[in-house]
Amino acid sequence: MTPLLQIRNVSKAFGTMVAVDDLSLDVAENEFYALLGASGSGKTTLLRMLAGFEVPTGGRILLDGKDIAGMPPNRRPVNLMFQSYALFPHMTVRGNIAYGLEMERLLRATITARVDEMLSVVELTALADRKPDQLSGGQKQRVALARALVKRPRLLLLDEPLGALDKKLRGAMQLELKRLQHEVGITFIVVTHDQEEALVMADRIAILKDGRLLQSGTPREVYEHPVNRFAADFIGVMNFFPGQGEPKGLRTAGGVLIRAETAGQGALVAAVRPERIRLGPGENTLAGSVVAMAYLGLDLQLHVQTAAAPKPVTVRLTADVAEAQNLNPGDQVTLGWLARDTRIFPA
Amino acid sequence: MHSRPLMLMILGGVFAFLYIPISVLVALSFNEGGLPTAWTGFSVKWYGALWQNADILQAALNTLVVGLVSAVLATVLGTALAIGVETRRRGRALEALIFAPMIIPDVVLAIALLSFFSLLKVPMGLHTIIAAHVVFNLAFVCAVVRARLKSFDWTIVEASSDLGAGLSTTYRRIVLPVLAPAILAGGLLAFTLSVDEFIIAFFTAGAGRASTTLPMQIYAMIRFGVTPEINALATLVLGVSVTALALAQRLNKGALPGQ
Repeated sequence: MTPLLQIRNVSKAFGTMVAVDDLSLDVAENEFYALLGASGSGKTTLLRMLAGFEVPTGGRILLDGKDIAGMPPNRRPVNLMFQSYALFPHMTVRGNIAYGLEMERLLRATITARVDEMLSVVELTALADRKPDQLSGGQKQRVALARALVKRPRLLLLDEPLGALDKKLRGAMQLELKRLQHEVGITFIVVTHDQEEALVMADRIAILKDGRLLQSGTPREVYEHPVNRFAADFIGVMNFFPGQGEPKGLRTAGGVLIRAETAGQGALVAAVRPERIRLGPGENTLAGSVVAMAYLGLDLQLHVQTAAAPKPVTVRLTADVAEAQNLNPGDQVTLGWLARDTRIFPA
Repeated sequence: MHSRPLMLMILGGVFAFLYIPISVLVALSFNEGGLPTAWTGFSVKWYGALWQNADILQAALNTLVVGLVSAVLATVLGTALAIGVETRRRGRALEALIFAPMIIPDVVLAIALLSFFSLLKVPMGLHTIIAAHVVFNLAFVCAVVRARLKSFDWTIVEASSDLGAGLSTTYRRIVLPVLAPAILAGGLLAFTLSVDEFIIAFFTAGAGRASTTLPMQIYAMIRFGVTPEINALATLVLGVSVTALALAQRLNKGALPGQ
């Protein structure tokens, strides 16, 4: 089966500035796909090319096998939920949601029925006659979503959909978006700079850097097997140990051997996730002193200064383990982890 | 700060200077006897007298036609100009050219237009006054609409396009309705400016009574002294202007430029 969306060697240059550089990726039907990158990574430009607001300077964008790269936005079966929501200020919630269907010249009764249905999906029925300036941020966000979804697009694009919401609401809306996507059965492509958001919501993630695709895969793949040091650092928290390659890992400048199952030569960097580290010796063992502790509810985060790296090592313990140890800043601890949990990257 | 009473006195003086003459004029328009020296009782008979004066009625009609037609034309053209200028790259020269009709002295504009119409041998009348008023009104409407466009969220235009609307539909259903208060305010301002404009109308009206506007009529009457009729007429013009401007302010909620 051909993927719903095929992006083939797409480039976009603004003058001499290359925003997207020879980028290719596929998105399957019904997928929740996240484009993850820092600002300037080209993720928004890519999204705007999918929506039709920018025309690629090279490459092809195939939707259901047809090239849509040059098609104007109003002819595409693609809708965009804007970061600023871009609600029409002179129209009611109902008017905003109905607008896109009116453009399709549907029957009045059909429009009313579909708008009513969408209002109940996003739980805005009671606010249908309000104007956008009488809504809260979260309510506006749901109107923007409903306005795009009601058109039943082949592809829904969301530009930083939760960016304007406060942290607590954001967490709830992440799950809400995922539920909605499942319910309506529409392919979502969401642009975000928030790696946690991408991990929570997406079926697959593409990490963009400097207009290029760095890595794509499921959240587990990109978290457990980052392709390089940048990807490892960008997703989640990672401890790094720079050094020289050895047959069984690498040796740091301080002479500490970090064991891994893969090996390389020359200047390398070893990496291990905080939750892979335990207290007590292991295949890898480091001694150090606790410099700081952060209580995170279920978890406790330790920062331990060791001889293996200039920066303190971050360790994530469950609260019960930490309590049993009765740790305090200044305490000496031994850290251990398995060789297979060490990743080796070129420095 | 240290002499609040003094400040209030100065403020009072300024307001008195500005508004006492106008108040006197309004009061005299209701003076039964008609003499500025003695109040003989309240009456609206001078307003009634206006109705009997065919010249004044003709002039009022002319002013209304000039005001409405020039305001409508200036609103359409000024709005188009404002949108055009705000959506494209613009230079200092263009900015200056758009602004110029607001700051060129009326008498210069009047002479220029008169020469222009004579040169082209355009027969003069109400239509030439209308054309002349459109020239400066257009600049005012453009300024009001542009002020609103500065804070206009252009992503709603993209949103409209994304939802399936073509460009003309987007303008009809999104851009113009959102700009409507500013456009209407600009139109009312243009109407007000046109109604009490004298110099340019005087120069471009041509000969004959047929194209006399209210300010010109008042000027003609005043040569025989200020009559109570003129006071009544002036009060009416004042009422129309203030109403239109207040409405414009209310619609636009912001300061009107160049006033």
